[in-house]
Formats: sequence, C-alpha cells, structure tokens
Amino acid sequence: MQDEQRHILGLLVENQPGVLSRVAGLFSGRGFNIESLCVAETNEPGVSRITLVTKANEAILEQIKKQVNKLVNVIKVIDLSNVPAVKREMVLIKVKAKPEHRAEILRIVDIFRCKVVDVSSEHYTVEVTGDQDKIAALLDLFRPMGIWEIARTGINALSREKK
Amino acid sequence: MNLNGSQIFWKILKEEGVDTVFGYPGGAVIDLYDELARTKGIEHILVRHEQGAVHAADGYARVSGKTGVCLVTSGPGATNTVTGIASAYCDSVPLVVFTGQVPTTLIGNDAFQEVDIVGITRPCTKHNYLVGDINDFARILKEAFYLASSGRPGPVLVDIPKNVMQATVNFKTPPKKTTMRSYNPTYEPNVKQLKKVVKALVEAKRPLIFAGGGVVLSKGSDELTRLARRLSIPVTTSLMGLGSFPGTDPLSLGMLGMHGTYRANMSTAACDVMLGVGVRFDDRVTGKTDTFASQAKIIHIDIDPTSIRKNVPVWLPVVGDCAITLKKLNELLDAEDLSGVAERRRAWLDQVEEWRKANRLAYDQKDVIKPQYVVQRLYELTKGEAIITTEVGQNQMWAAQYYLFDRPNRFVTSGGLGCMGFGLPAAIGAQMAAPGELVVDIAGDSSIQMNSQELATAVQYNLPVKVVILNNGYLGMVRQWQELFYDRRYSETRMSHAPDFVKLAEAYGAMGLRADKPEQVDETLEKAMAHNGPVIMDFRVEAEESVYPMVPAGAPITEMLLV
Repeated sequence: MQDEQRHILGLLVENQPGVLSRVAGLFSGRGFNIESLCVAETNEPGVSRITLVTKANEAILEQIKKQVNKLVNVIKVIDLSNVPAVKREMVLIKVKAKPEHRAEILRIVDIFRCKVVDVSSEHYTVEVTGDQDKIAALLDLFRPMGIWEIARTGINALSREKK
Repeated sequence: MNLNGSQIFWKILKEEGVDTVFGYPGGAVIDLYDELARTKGIEHILVRHEQGAVHAADGYARVSGKTGVCLVTSGPGATNTVTGIASAYCDSVPLVVFTGQVPTTLIGNDAFQEVDIVGITRPCTKHNYLVGDINDFARILKEAFYLASSGRPGPVLVDIPKNVMQATVNFKTPPKKTTMRSYNPTYEPNVKQLKKVVKALVEAKRPLIFAGGGVVLSKGSDELTRLARRLSIPVTTSLMGLGSFPGTDPLSLGMLGMHGTYRANMSTAACDVMLGVGVRFDDRVTGKTDTFASQAKIIHIDIDPTSIRKNVPVWLPVVGDCAITLKKLNELLDAEDLSGVAERRRAWLDQVEEWRKANRLAYDQKDVIKPQYVVQRLYELTKGEAIITTEVGQNQMWAAQYYLFDRPNRFVTSGGLGCMGFGLPAAIGAQMAAPGELVVDIAGDSSIQMNSQELATAVQYNLPVKVVILNNGYLGMVRQWQELFYDRRYSETRMSHAPDFVKLAEAYGAMGLRADKPEQVDETLEKAMAHNGPVIMDFRVEAEESVYPMVPAGAPITEMLLV
C-alpha cells in the first residue's frame, strides 16, 4: 500500500435534493475516507460547491475522482492538492476565560488577527480563519486555558487560477 | 394541451419506444394503471412478485437490446424490486423502474406503504429521481430513458408520488434529444492511444483478448471477431462476455476465472499482451490480482473510466465505447502489413491448442445423470441455438462451460450480483423479446424455488419457456465449497424438502417431466421442446457433483483444482 496523503477536492454539483447524500453515500459505500466536508451555493444559480478533504493513496485518489465524476449530479471535480490554491478554514472556539487569562487571550487574538465574537463572564468565543497551521497553533495556545467547545467548517478552497 | 401525470407518463413511454412493461399494481400506482387500460400499444405483463418484474425486464432488455421497463407500487412493491435492480446494476443492464409513492404531502410522515426507495436504491442505480413537481415529470421521464441506455447502461429508478400522477398541467412536448450538462459519456476513444494498441497487438508474441459484457452491450461482437481473426489472437471471455465471440471458433478459449477453462486460465498467465475489452477485472476473474496476467502488458478498453485501474494495473487505458473503439482498431489495422502475424503467433497458438487438448471439462457419464451431460445434450439437441437463462450457482457455471454461444444476447445470467431466482423471470422477459425462439432456463432445485411463482406468469401469457432443473438435492455450489474447504461439513445445504417439480408444474397448468436415468435425458429434452407451452424438467442428477476446474477464492488462477 502506498502512503496515504491528504487531498482537497472541489466538486461542482447540481443543487438538487439528495446530491450530498449521493456523494457521502459513495464515500461510505466504497470505503473511502472523508475528513471534512463543506457545502454551499455558488454564484451560479442551481450549482453548489462541495469542498472535501480525503486521505488516500494515489490509486484510491484516482478511483475517488472517477467515481465522484460518475455521479450524474456532479458537474466537475477539481483536484486542489497539486495546484496553487487558497485553502482556508473558519473555526469558532469557546475558550474558558478566567480573570487571570482574559488579557492573555485578547493578546493572542490580536497577534493571530482573529476576532472575539461573543463574551461572557466565564468565556470568550473566538472566530479564527486561516490555514490549518495557524489554527493548530492557536488551539495549542488556548488549550492550557481550557477549550469548552469548537466548531470547524472544514477546509474550503479555491485554486489561484482564473477558473 | 392539458394532460394529467398519468397521461404524460404513458405518452412519454410510447415516445421512447416502450411496448412492453413488466409490473404489479397497487394503491400508489392505481392512476397509472387506470390510464394504461385506456392506452393502446403497450403490453403489460402481470408478474407474481415485483422481483420477478425486474428480472423479467432484465432478460427482456438483454435479448432485445432495448431498455426494460417495470412498474410497481410504493412500499413493499418498491422494496421487492431492490434485488433485481442491484443485479441489473452489476451487469449494466438498461432498465427504467417506476415506483409509486405516497402523495408529496405525506412523504416523510411514515404513511401507509411509504418507503424512501430513492434513498434505498441510491447505491444500486445509475441514477434515480423522486418527481416532486408535475412540471418536471416529462423531462425526468426522458432523462431516465436517456441515462439508462447511454454510456455504461444501468437501471434508473423514478419514484412518482400519487398526486403527481393526478395533477394536471399544460403539457409542452419536451425536446426529442435529451442532453444533460453534468452527464457526457465518452464514446470516441483517443486515436493516439489506439495507435499504440495496434502496435502492441501486432508485435505481441503471445497476445490474448479478454472480452466482457461491454462488447455485448455496445454491439461490438462483429468488430471483435474480425479483430481477433485477422490478428490470430485467442479470445477468452468473462461470464458476461459469453457470446461476444463465437464459442465454436478455434480461437475461442471459453470463460476464464474461478470456473474458467484450463486453457483460458493457463493462457492468461502466459500471455504477453492482454487486451481487456468491456470488462472490469472482477475478483472471480482475476483470482489473486498480483499474479493475474503477470507477464502481460494490460490494455483496457471501457466506456466507464472507473472500471480502469480499479482492480488491476493497466499499461494502456482507453476510455471509449467498445464497438466504436474496436471498429477504429480495425480501421487502423487496414493500413498495417499483417502478413507476418500468423507466423509470429504459431508457437503461441500451438501451446494454446495443447492446453485445449488436455480437455479438462471431460466427465464420465455412468449410471446416474451427470449435470454436465444434461447441459451438453441440451446444447447438442438445440444446435446451440437456444437463448439460455440461468439461476445462480453450479447450474450457472455448467451452463457457461458446456453451452457454447456463437452469438451475443443469447446468454442471460445474473453475473455480478449472482442472484438466485433470476433465471425463470429472466426467461419470461427473454421470451417476450424473442417470441419465436426457444428459451431455456438452466436451474438448480434450490434456486428455482426462489421465484417459481413466475410459472403462473409464463402460463398466463403462454410463454413457452423451458426450465431444466439440475436437481441434486443440495444448495450445490455452497455444498461444493463445504466439501472442498470446510471438511465436508454440509451445514444447512441439504435441500431435503423440495416440492415434486412435476406436480408443481402441473399445478400451475404447465407440463412437468422427470428424468432419473441418463437414457431418459434426450427424450425428456425432446418432449419438452416439442411442447408449445412452459415445461419444467426435473433431472435427478449426481448429488455431489462439483464444478471443475475450480480456483479457490483468492488464489492465482493457474492454481486450478481439476477433476
């Protein structure tokens, strides 16, 4: 077995009922892996974009791309792994904020150029957008203070080329 | 023009050339059936179980080359079709299955006879639809037929809520030609690739063609036969490919794989170039994949890109329609000097001939009827001209080994799914597609019991199908595995309580015949063939006969167990 690597695929799909379950069902039915999945409409009416991250070796990746392409509602499959692409993820982090940590948290938020979007006497909810390294670094810094909950969008990506 | 959903339904079906529908009414489709009663030019075959409807449509599609059509009700009617749909999906058979559904207002409420059949069949259909709006109905119907029959064919399911059948709309005729933005099968192969294929085939010392169901489906048999003969390349086929190349041709090696012929499996291991065309290198064919055709450069032609490099490494992939691709290869060969080819192949063909002479399909017919003998006599008495359907298991393998097909669309079997109970309904469908022909279901005593109710259908419509039961009193193929790999522990494979098949036939109003001794085989077959109506023949065969050669699952295909 060759080494498995993470791959980011962008799928343009017809925005019809069941299309997400067709994609998800294909992955589960054939034993492919999905690490994250991000779905929303595009600028073109009737077309949605699914960005998904999978872990696979080259042979499996080839099958994944072909199988997804074979789904009737899938218009296009774009492999964003090996082309210049912007890859971003947004995470909401509910971090515990004891009085002695409050200033420190705000300083980190400032350094990482993220935002506090909700606050209470006991916590901050921080919104961060960036690549995975940045998010991992931020989570490492918050962890000792106590992270209550996080919600991640999964990676969203666009190639740097015109289309 | 104002039309309701039911009127639109039959109108579009007729436009799509449908003249035969296999179905079973129920509450959710009563409107469609009501309109059918007022529609001319559609023959409806009332089956006895919805699974039978799908297998019958499958047999009809494979023999006629048209798209098979089923109509069933919601809930249990729909779920009963699933096995048939899955079988057609595995074998790439063009079908459109219509299911009734509860009204859209009730969907999701766990209504009576409601089931999410679109969800259930998503992984075993090429595509499926729930019609949510009467305005989309005509387009969806057209798309369903287009999808089923184009590209790599397959079953498409359309789930129709009852209120859609009843709603009225100002009907506008949809465009004749259906196009879909996200669906464009590749028919035309890349010519650059084909030039490489030609060079490899001409230069090869030990080439082998491995032909499959894709050749049959694309109607590419004539081109394949021409290619193989002019290049003197032996041809082996998958189970689904039987008939794609004339079985009696000296270049034919028969089927390869788990129960493939000795010569086919040996050739596979020894060839230096393998041209796989319309095949998917299924595990029953390859055995252990690391050792499969390990000396060969594999060229793979298929219309479905997912089939290529799924199971075996491919040296040269060609995505395209098999018939078109083979035709183009033949055109390219016209410009080649082929005079030295036959000479170059001599040693290889001599070797193949030696393997043929080993005659590993020989058997010894003594006091008890050998199942192989029944199939062989059927072949000889029908001069290879019958349309054969099969059930699944030993009967299917013996049919594949001992009945040779010189033409495509004559052998109808549940290949990929391996679905017992397939043969009788498939024979009914095949007979509908070819009314004047002899259609024979080669069956086992176990599998025939899975859909024997369809005998009533055969009698009702006077479809003179003949059923050859190779009755060994066992679930034969599983028993064979238990004998060979499980120390003869025949756990639950003794089928000790079968009905009296002669009486069963008679109870349905068909003819029943029995043969206990080898000398009765011919007269039984002849009597059945002379009868203009359905016949069940109960051949009491050797109980513990096994199918050989046999490659144990996961072993290299040269490691055959022989008699």
